[in-house]
Amino acid sequence: MTVTIVETREAPAGASRPPAAPSRRRFWSASRRDQLAGYLFITPQLIGVVLFVLVPVGLAVWYSLNDWNIFSGRLEFVGGDNYADLLTDPQLPSVLLATVVFSGGIVVLNIALGLGLAVMLNRRFRGVTFFRTLFFSPVVVSVVAWTLVWGFLLQDNGGINGALSVIGIDGPNWLQSGDTAMIAVIVSQVVRSVGINMVLFLSALQGVPSELHEAARIDGAGSATIFFRITLPLISPTVLLTAIITIVGALQAFAQIAVLTGGGPGLSTTVLVYYVFQQAFEFNNIGYGSTLALMLLTFVMLLTLLQWQLRKKWVFYED
Amino acid sequence: MKTDLVSHGQRRAGHVLRRVILIVALSVLAIPFVVPTVWMIASSLKPLNEIFQSPPTIFTDSPTLAAYAEAFTFQPFARQYFNSVYIAVVVTLVTMLVASLAGYAFARIPFRGRNVLFFVVLIGLLVPSEVTIVPLFQMFTQAGLVNTHWPLILVTALAAPCVLATFVMRQFFIALPGELEEAARLDGLGRVGIWWRISMPLAKPALSAVAILTFLASWNLYLEPTVYLTSPELFTLPQALTRYADAYGGEMWNTQLAAATMTVVPMLIVFIIAQKQFVEGLAHSGLKG
Repeated sequence: MTVTIVETREAPAGASRPPAAPSRRRFWSASRRDQLAGYLFITPQLIGVVLFVLVPVGLAVWYSLNDWNIFSGRLEFVGGDNYADLLTDPQLPSVLLATVVFSGGIVVLNIALGLGLAVMLNRRFRGVTFFRTLFFSPVVVSVVAWTLVWGFLLQDNGGINGALSVIGIDGPNWLQSGDTAMIAVIVSQVVRSVGINMVLFLSALQGVPSELHEAARIDGAGSATIFFRITLPLISPTVLLTAIITIVGALQAFAQIAVLTGGGPGLSTTVLVYYVFQQAFEFNNIGYGSTLALMLLTFVMLLTLLQWQLRKKWVFYED
Repeated sequence: MKTDLVSHGQRRAGHVLRRVILIVALSVLAIPFVVPTVWMIASSLKPLNEIFQSPPTIFTDSPTLAAYAEAFTFQPFARQYFNSVYIAVVVTLVTMLVASLAGYAFARIPFRGRNVLFFVVLIGLLVPSEVTIVPLFQMFTQAGLVNTHWPLILVTALAAPCVLATFVMRQFFIALPGELEEAARLDGLGRVGIWWRISMPLAKPALSAVAILTFLASWNLYLEPTVYLTSPELFTLPQALTRYADAYGGEMWNTQLAAATMTVVPMLIVFIIAQKQFVEGLAHSGLKG
């Protein structure tokens, strides 16, 4: 996903090594030692990925072709039945809609707000560090703690409605109403995570050469023009990267949903990840749960691929 | 040029006005970022009956630490706290080691199949943990490791968070100049020596970024402990926080908020220690794009 792959510079063969004629005859030449060191260095990481990612994905594919027999506790081969179930599952359309609304809302708000904050905080004025810290601070509060506090504030008699009643507004029961539950979940999560994007955007903005801005200003360009014509194209790689990280993260948001709404009311906040969990661990539908999980994996891969393709189209690289 | 049309004083006044508007806008925007945390801390000091007071108050006249004591007596909170801390520390240290070894090799050691193997490792970033949780649960059941901390440690330290760390380390090591290594090699240092004595000391910013990202990942785990752990004394903090309910299922809000407040402390310590290097680390990692 987050790959900005920089090609490794290969040292010209032999140039880096002492011209050791005798050592060439020994079996453990410098290059063979390098080969061995390379493999040994990556072994722990490679074992981790194979054992905890590749093998489980393979198993998930196998499970998706089977049904979990509750009585024998064994898998029963059913071929494509679980995939056919995807088409007839009456809940799936709502789940997919919730997933799209949730991920889309998170990404759009996160990028817009993160970029807006970064632009505002990319100036020198007294208190700028203070404000940066304020906007970053929710990141320090763990996901579940943050979500609990919002759940508390969003209750019918909680702090938000309490504050609204002071100015004479009778607030809704945010988490129990189908219209507002999703909005509440999205807002609470954007606020929690936007700080990280803000930091990424800030560090990108600091890489934009100020001469370009000054030149444009002398040519009579306004702030908006400068932002959209100069700044935004220059930091577009970061925008793209942030969008990928955010959307993949949003597709995987579980704790937020589980703690704040439990997927409700109805199915209004049941996103795909939560549905996978319910099917697999609450209803013991290992086969169907795995099929749904593979659907999630397909979405993530397609999105990553799409963004990778788009990158060539509109992302500006200085060099 | 505009300068001729607008006097210096007017420009200065406009400048000050813009600054004031900026600060007001930032202050208003900051409300949803700051109020929940302040509310969490303030409410944890209130007696339960004051929490839903209308109109709401932020601070109480009679602050009490009773909820903090209750947090420890209602469930084995001290134990759960220790679980989260030691798991996060072990995971972070293992990841730093594994990722800096792999990141170094992928960046600086020429070996056959390097690029292919790097792409294989990168797949670990692409696969959401929810996709692998069911098979992993079955694997750990087979291995007899369900209801232990091993799944939380092994998977976090070696799979997705570690792959991100490996990527960050690789980007950093690629950017290092090669001259130091050449000099060290001429002095007779082997690969391990070069990695540990030359490259690692230079990699502090990247290592801080890795430490923060990994600690955060482990500290926030919720799905995995929910799936793997059933005994309260093995629970981690995110799980424990959701278990504060009285015999009738009623939420013990002040106790829950006191416990939640206490879980912020270790993250805060990690950030204070590593933050100076953090942004620099991101800048070097290529994450900034």
